[in-house]
Amino acid sequence: MNSDSYIKIENLSISYEEDDGGRTSVLKNISLNIKKGEYLAVLGHNGSGKSTLAKLLNMILEPDSGKIYIDGKEITDPSMTEEDVFELRKKVGMVFQNPDNQLVATIVEDDVAFGPENLGIEPHEIRKRVDDALSAVGMSEYAKGEPARLSGGQKQRIAIAGILAMKPDCMIFDESTAMLDPLGRRDIMDTIEMLNREHGITIIMITHYMDEAARANRIVVLDDGEILMDGAPTQIFEQHEKLKECGLDVPQCVGLVNLLKERGIIIKGECHTPSACADAIVAALNKG
Amino acid sequence: MKSITLGQYYSVDSPIHRLDPRVKIVLAILYIVIVFLSANILSMALLLGSAFLLIALAHIPVKLVMKSVKPIVFIIAFTAIINIFWTSGEGDPLIDIGFAQIYKEGIVNAIFLVIRIFVLIIGSSILLTYTTTPISLTDGIERLLSPLKKIGLPVHDFAMIMTIALRFIPTLMEEADKIMSAQKARGADFTNGSLIQRAKALIPILIPLFSSSIRHALDLATAMECRCYRGGEGRTRMKILKCGTADIVAVVLVVAFGAAVVCLNVFFA
Repeated sequence: MNSDSYIKIENLSISYEEDDGGRTSVLKNISLNIKKGEYLAVLGHNGSGKSTLAKLLNMILEPDSGKIYIDGKEITDPSMTEEDVFELRKKVGMVFQNPDNQLVATIVEDDVAFGPENLGIEPHEIRKRVDDALSAVGMSEYAKGEPARLSGGQKQRIAIAGILAMKPDCMIFDESTAMLDPLGRRDIMDTIEMLNREHGITIIMITHYMDEAARANRIVVLDDGEILMDGAPTQIFEQHEKLKECGLDVPQCVGLVNLLKERGIIIKGECHTPSACADAIVAALNKG
Repeated sequence: MKSITLGQYYSVDSPIHRLDPRVKIVLAILYIVIVFLSANILSMALLLGSAFLLIALAHIPVKLVMKSVKPIVFIIAFTAIINIFWTSGEGDPLIDIGFAQIYKEGIVNAIFLVIRIFVLIIGSSILLTYTTTPISLTDGIERLLSPLKKIGLPVHDFAMIMTIALRFIPTLMEEADKIMSAQKARGADFTNGSLIQRAKALIPILIPLFSSSIRHALDLATAMECRCYRGGEGRTRMKILKCGTADIVAVVLVVAFGAAVVCLNVFFA
């Protein structure tokens, strides 16, 4: 087994039963390696199986066939005990779509403490972890507040802090920005990037927003339960025809650069974010 | 919608607010017992005095407390009237209107009862709901009842259910509001018509609300499992409740107050 891969997925398949008794496969024979400290975006349109993949990694769902290794341990082993599942969830945290459905307590800091409390950590250590996690997501001033009074983006940051306080190796974001406004989305994206960069947490981000995927180190495109593309954002966005075929579009700024290229204006450098794109265009204009 | 506050909690800093919730629950029970122990005019006066002392100690505006007593004025008045007419005493009735007689004892009983209920409500709400957040109240109850875990009562689970219920009240209210607006936009009318018609108009709100709360519950259960929740076993708590000097002083004061009431009963019977 590859020593530096943190998550290793081998020939994973899962299907669900239809009302008429037939089976629809959601993931078809997927194999994937994810390195420790990687920032991976899993991209796909609705029904591509991307959320199912996330749920498999955290043992919320079990596959029909195939194996998943996390940190060298096979989690699809039928002899997994409840204790093993507990250990797994300690390592791999998950942030879901609806922030309201993840918060347990009526006070922000109590909610962040929920995970560490479940782990049976000493009270003073929990206190420290809660304070650290809240300051990491920039929500320290709301520690004594009520989640009900916060905005969607703020609630989602509390949910992230709740996972962060458990000190996981890896965090999965299952469309965690889908219910947020643009400002909230940007906040969460910045937080995710910070977690990856400053805390060295392996990030798996499930999304259907191109511009969010563009910020990752690596993109895996899922289409109809299969891996269609796998590579760095630049490599993925070069194949915009292929992306279009599976109902995805390149980020607007990448689209602009591609259009310019068709007209013979070559813009160099990475243009995944609007500001980087603007800089690149200015540089090209100055040169020309 | 966002400004709703749960229960009556009044957020200020006061000696009573700072007491340990467990101590407050015990004291509230003790206080209720004392209220029913008092039996003569002097101890009644002492009771009334203690109620106002509590309000002052908790830094809660008297107006606010009186407002919360208002809804039960009717019940108090009703019990008082029943007492006036149904208590028969020795000697001649004060007023005799044929089918009913009013005795001196009846009036005294009624006054005592009114004072008792009044003080009961104020005392327990000052000690508990006004000065303790619902969450620390649940916490206090869980910890007080935790010895019952030994005989197999799921104390932790009940406390968790309470906490989550409290947590979801604002969420569900927001949702009910949204559903109502959506139904109104489709021409639903909640304000006109007979009572039955209006009740019927609520069905299109209740059903979506019900199904969405089930969805919330499923999602929350998954999220809780992902956060390693597996019941009360092996769980620690961040906040440790500690009984400080203030708590001991409070217990001593309430016990002394109880003793004073008993003394007044005995020596001035």
